[in-house]
Amino acid sequence: MDAITQLQRQFVEYTTSLYREGYLDDQFTQLQKLQDESNPDFVVEVVTLFFEDSEKLLNNLATALQQENIDYKQVDAHVHQFKGSSSSIGAQRVKNVCVVFRNYCDEKNLDGCVLCLQQAKNEYILIRNKLEALFNLEQQILQAGGSVPMMA
Amino acid sequence: MDSSSTTVGMKEEEEKPHVLVVDDSLIDRKIMEKLFTNSACKVTTAESGQKALELLGQGEDKHTHMNKGPKINLVVTDYCMPGMTGYDLLRKVKESSDIKEIPVIVVSSENVPTRIEKCLEEGAQEFILKPLKQSDVKKLRCHMQFRRSIKGRLCIGA
Repeated sequence: MDAITQLQRQFVEYTTSLYREGYLDDQFTQLQKLQDESNPDFVVEVVTLFFEDSEKLLNNLATALQQENIDYKQVDAHVHQFKGSSSSIGAQRVKNVCVVFRNYCDEKNLDGCVLCLQQAKNEYILIRNKLEALFNLEQQILQAGGSVPMMA
Repeated sequence: MDSSSTTVGMKEEEEKPHVLVVDDSLIDRKIMEKLFTNSACKVTTAESGQKALELLGQGEDKHTHMNKGPKINLVVTDYCMPGMTGYDLLRKVKESSDIKEIPVIVVSSENVPTRIEKCLEEGAQEFILKPLKQSDVKKLRCHMQFRRSIKGRLCIGA
């Protein structure tokens, strides 16, 4: 098997596993479908925005939950934004944590919130690493002169 | 320089429906912009209701800048925005004699029946759940008013 075919196979297997394990949902596929020759880096650009946004939000959340008098409305506003952005790029597991997180905000449950923040951070780091690995694979395929397989 | 092709290019650009996308999320603005440009629309984005109103020629200086805004054929606004919500923006559009004819689509990540009713009653053309897909956008094309006055809805098949 030549190098390109091997890389392409790896790419397909990796992508499939990300969907199967629930890291990504259909919205990620929708983003890939939007990419075209006029905007060949669209997915990477959007995902990079998500990474930047997420890190800011996670910091803001940590700060907000460390206050003496916690403003749960503010915490909820941050989580709402995080839920929105993760949903928009198909980061399903992050989004699911945000849903639970919002419930704890409604209940003004500090322990629940702190737990969710940790989970959100973990899921974010996971998906960030996985997407970076995926983009890396794409680059390797392109540099070897191959084309990136379209996932249906 | 081939001037005739430039003219044709510009004319084609002008004849595309012009969509104003309003959302406080940069990620969502970027995605919606691509969704609409992929459907052969021209897109302008705004990060707030206030900015949107300015682009629609309804800013604070509206009396000094007569008809300065570009012709917008469709407004797509997020519901949840800090400051002026999508609902507030919808109301302002529908209350204004200049721009009330422009169809407004409200999008939201939350499926709240009372919210949907409220928006539709206020004159929103549609209420769509986020995240938007290409198929949602294709269906929206029939809501867009074109430059030449075409009364009623003109549905262009996908």
